[in-house]
Amino acid sequence: MKYVDEFRDPVVIGGVAREIARTVDPARHYRIMEVCGGHTHSIYRHGLRDVLPGNIELVHGPGCPVCVLPTGRVDDGLAIAARDDVVLTCFGDMMRVPGTKGTPLELKARGADIRMVYSPLDALRIAEQNPRKHVCFFAIGFETTAPSTALTLLRAKTLGLTNFSVFSNHVTIVPAMRAILDSPDMRIDAFVGPGHVSTVTGCRPYEFVARDYGKPVVVAGFEPLDILQAILMILHQLHAGESKVENQYRRIVPWEGNAAALRAMAAVFALRPYFEWRGLGFISQSALGIGPALAAYDAERVFDIPGVRVTDPRGAQCGEVLKGVLKPPQCKLFGTECNPEHPVGALMVSSEGACAAYYRYAVHAEAVEA
Amino acid sequence: MCLAIPGQIREISAEQPLLARVDVGGVQRNVNIGLLEDEGVGAGDWVLIHVGFALSKIGAEQARDQLRMLEAMGEDQLAIEEVRGYSFADGGAPG
Repeated sequence: MKYVDEFRDPVVIGGVAREIARTVDPARHYRIMEVCGGHTHSIYRHGLRDVLPGNIELVHGPGCPVCVLPTGRVDDGLAIAARDDVVLTCFGDMMRVPGTKGTPLELKARGADIRMVYSPLDALRIAEQNPRKHVCFFAIGFETTAPSTALTLLRAKTLGLTNFSVFSNHVTIVPAMRAILDSPDMRIDAFVGPGHVSTVTGCRPYEFVARDYGKPVVVAGFEPLDILQAILMILHQLHAGESKVENQYRRIVPWEGNAAALRAMAAVFALRPYFEWRGLGFISQSALGIGPALAAYDAERVFDIPGVRVTDPRGAQCGEVLKGVLKPPQCKLFGTECNPEHPVGALMVSSEGACAAYYRYAVHAEAVEA
Repeated sequence: MCLAIPGQIREISAEQPLLARVDVGGVQRNVNIGLLEDEGVGAGDWVLIHVGFALSKIGAEQARDQLRMLEAMGEDQLAIEEVRGYSFADGGAPG
């Protein structure tokens, strides 16, 4: 293993961990949500819960794109793929997300033309190479990914393609944070803000969390030391009675974000009035549909989409885990019926999903210790 | 999904100014630099790449940090695999 360096160095990490231990108020319980699935992955992979005091509880947030996508939307995408004249394209993570009738990978095995791509531009290229087919891109992701879809759509228009569309499932992180703050069963003291989403949005959109809800937000990088430093910055704010937005990830995240990316999104997308999130229900103005300028490329207008709401598989408690109400092993299916080889719920699919991360690292660690 | 991969720009395409040839751990592919139109980038610059697009311009030191982060997350090979998979401007057969 070659990843021993100062961001993982036990001495450096131990130093920050001791500083955290000195700083915490033993009489308080802290609930800190890491919004981004990348942070969830890093926390489990590096065993960060083990170096934090017991009264700091990390609550896993909704920032995992495949996890928050409701099953009904997977079914909608697969309904498009079922047509003979269609090639459905999607990212690798999406290939293993279960819909009611199976995963995209399983449908592909049964004959549907579903192809994995690494970039929406690859989907566009497939459309250029297959003029007799209609190529639909199943778009997922937060603000990190949405600008890429936007530029791809603008390129499709420039090329004058008539056999390409996007099934947009892009969502935005801020309304989800607001929904969590407004939810009566979710008491969160502070947020570790997302890293790469913030390279696009900047830090300003989180200001309402500090101003209106009085909760600190610290945008953080993904290394163990980044996350621990962010937690320490949060503790300092909480103890000083402050709430502000701070940027621990200044080396990557500019305070104002990426203006060109935001312009591309504004040119292409239109905010949906509401959108369903797994676990969080319907959230107002939380998702990006395709706007009037690119309507000809909107799969929801090109195709007749079933749009049927589907509940989570029987017994699976993805929603509760996603809201932080349950920890992954408290779900009845965890590790038995639902595991990374045969995921029942989406949280077991992506490396950013809380269940997959917990299964891969925490269960293994407990087995080794036992 | 939210992989952000550090790469160094080798050259900007003469025919398509929105395409730049980048090097990621020895693998060279074209990526789209349309999201960096405000900053402007050129050969030698380091960028963070996500799903075929350069998302931000970063310093050489930040690029090293980012690479080390991917290694620490066990995602460095995934990153190379992703970059290798970008076929939109390289003549390879997609998916």
